[in-house]
Amino acid sequence: MTTTTLPPAGAPVAPATSARRIAGALLHDWAAVLGSAFLVLILLMAICAPLISAITGHGPNDFDSAAIDTDLGGLPRGSLGGISAGHPLGVEPQNGRDILARVAYGARVSLLIAAAATVLTTLLGVVLGMLAGFYQGWVDQVICRVMDFLMAFPALIFMIAILSSLPSGNRSVLLVVVITVFGWPYLARVVRGQTLTLVNREFVEAARASGASTGALVFKEILPNLRSSLIVMTTLAVPGYVGTEAGLSFLGVGVAPPTPSWGQMISSSVGWYAVDPMYFAVPGAFLFCTVLSLTVLGDRLRAAFDAGEAS
Amino acid sequence: MARYLAGRVAGVVLILFLVCLFTFIIFFTLSPDPAVMICGKTCTPERIDQIRDVLGLDRPFFTQFWTFLAGIFAGRDYGSGANLVHCAAPCLGYSFQTNQSVWQMVVDRLPVSATVAIGAAVLWLLVGIVAGLVSAVKEGTWWDRAAMGLALGGSSIPNYVLALALQYVLVVWLQILPFPSAVAFSDGPVLWFQSYLMPWVVLATGYACLYARLTRANVIDTLAENFMRTARAKGLPPALTLRRHALRPALTPIATIFGMDFAALLGGALITETVFGLNGVGKMAADSINKNDQPVIMAVTLLAAFFVVVGNVVVDVVYTRLDPRVRITAQ
Repeated sequence: MTTTTLPPAGAPVAPATSARRIAGALLHDWAAVLGSAFLVLILLMAICAPLISAITGHGPNDFDSAAIDTDLGGLPRGSLGGISAGHPLGVEPQNGRDILARVAYGARVSLLIAAAATVLTTLLGVVLGMLAGFYQGWVDQVICRVMDFLMAFPALIFMIAILSSLPSGNRSVLLVVVITVFGWPYLARVVRGQTLTLVNREFVEAARASGASTGALVFKEILPNLRSSLIVMTTLAVPGYVGTEAGLSFLGVGVAPPTPSWGQMISSSVGWYAVDPMYFAVPGAFLFCTVLSLTVLGDRLRAAFDAGEAS
Repeated sequence: MARYLAGRVAGVVLILFLVCLFTFIIFFTLSPDPAVMICGKTCTPERIDQIRDVLGLDRPFFTQFWTFLAGIFAGRDYGSGANLVHCAAPCLGYSFQTNQSVWQMVVDRLPVSATVAIGAAVLWLLVGIVAGLVSAVKEGTWWDRAAMGLALGGSSIPNYVLALALQYVLVVWLQILPFPSAVAFSDGPVLWFQSYLMPWVVLATGYACLYARLTRANVIDTLAENFMRTARAKGLPPALTLRRHALRPALTPIATIFGMDFAALLGGALITETVFGLNGVGKMAADSINKNDQPVIMAVTLLAAFFVVVGNVVVDVVYTRLDPRVRITAQ
């Protein structure tokens, strides 16, 4: 026999999705804690990239001919890809650039592009998704057709085709624009669906009946109810964009050298994987751990929000 | 049904037309002059004019676009008089780099891409669905947690990193597999299998992890349904309830996602084919992009869009067969 203890009548019941409850749930999950810790580390590394260079004495584009062995075709001297006190993560073969410095500066590029793309897709997705769901009719029709069209596009090939034919101006900005153009429909579709159901709920009708303006309806009634799914979707979108940026740079249409990016570092290591595995292993591990941490965090966030809704 | 299909086919044609138009606009406005590129280093202004004339580059945008579209359905002629070259019906032009017929290039490379896609699909469906099923049935056990942890990890590895790591471990270090190279089936089935094994594994890993998580979530949702409670209540053994009542509703959504993923892959697995040097449509796309070979890029983009859009329609039609609750009504 089981008895369920109900809170006494009148006792304050915590709101189902309070920030404190979510944070508590995440803190009790070792995977989420570990992932967050790693992300903080990467962020610090990106911010302190110049400091790291100053400490080790190697900039991201400084050649170090002493660290490589020209007799062996430019392989790094020493074991494990040339790891030494001066180069904690080894050097690149052939030119001896410091991998730690390049990974740190590469983190800046990767994270900045992913963050900018996330902000822009979220903005575009929320605005267009809410417009479609709120006004319906022909606005909805037009936005839905555009979304269908963009999602039917072979996005990766098209991104590459655009990037390769554009003049190589500011590659980072171009990357953000291209990722945003093909990324927003996935968010807008969910926002539209939720707005459609929210618009007909009693509390929105009540607000409308009591004379609330359209702005108040949108920002005070509907938007707050989208918050939890927006947080989850954006958290899960960031690793996708980190991966996309790295993939595009890997294929040679991303950030232009000598600016380092993780995907581009891995791309240039392809010819060396047999003789210098550390060259791809280091940036590959950073990329993998960053994507994994973000995915785990998004996954656990969703679980925490879902548990809140179920209770 | 016939009206529904007609509507969908019209939609397919419209989207493909738009893809064509946008790709054409991009190349027309943004790309460097193809005549200069074809002409190469030893180039004279007369030669450039001649190339422009043969390719029709001196004509207005819509004329060029129309000629391209007409070429796909009716063929087209390049040049005039003694230099006349006729390009037969599915004409996608000639590669700027090799002067080969682009249609022929696609036909030659499609089998490789299909082999990569089919092999990987078999692998990821098998591994993903079995792992997801077992996880769902054993929800909360150590197996479930280990499998789902592994699935999260596996879906986070970019496939080029996995490709390099696998190549290093299996080829260089343990020397179990030969260096990857394009091997035809006629060169011996064992060698053929060995050469495709790594591409299959690399391509399948991400999908298998995704499908395992999807299958698990769907099966758990289905097991909580009322009809499952009824099935258990009337005394069916668990294995039988799972097989007879839960599998179909749980796996139907997976089938639709699979259709989309597989269709997208037929247009070429860009990264996997490039890393392993497999001569498929994906590698052709990457190569043509690096060399700015516009007719080839155009063809690859269209081909990929074709598979995605047609796959979309096929999935929607098949869905009505798999899920009896869904009926197509002409709007």
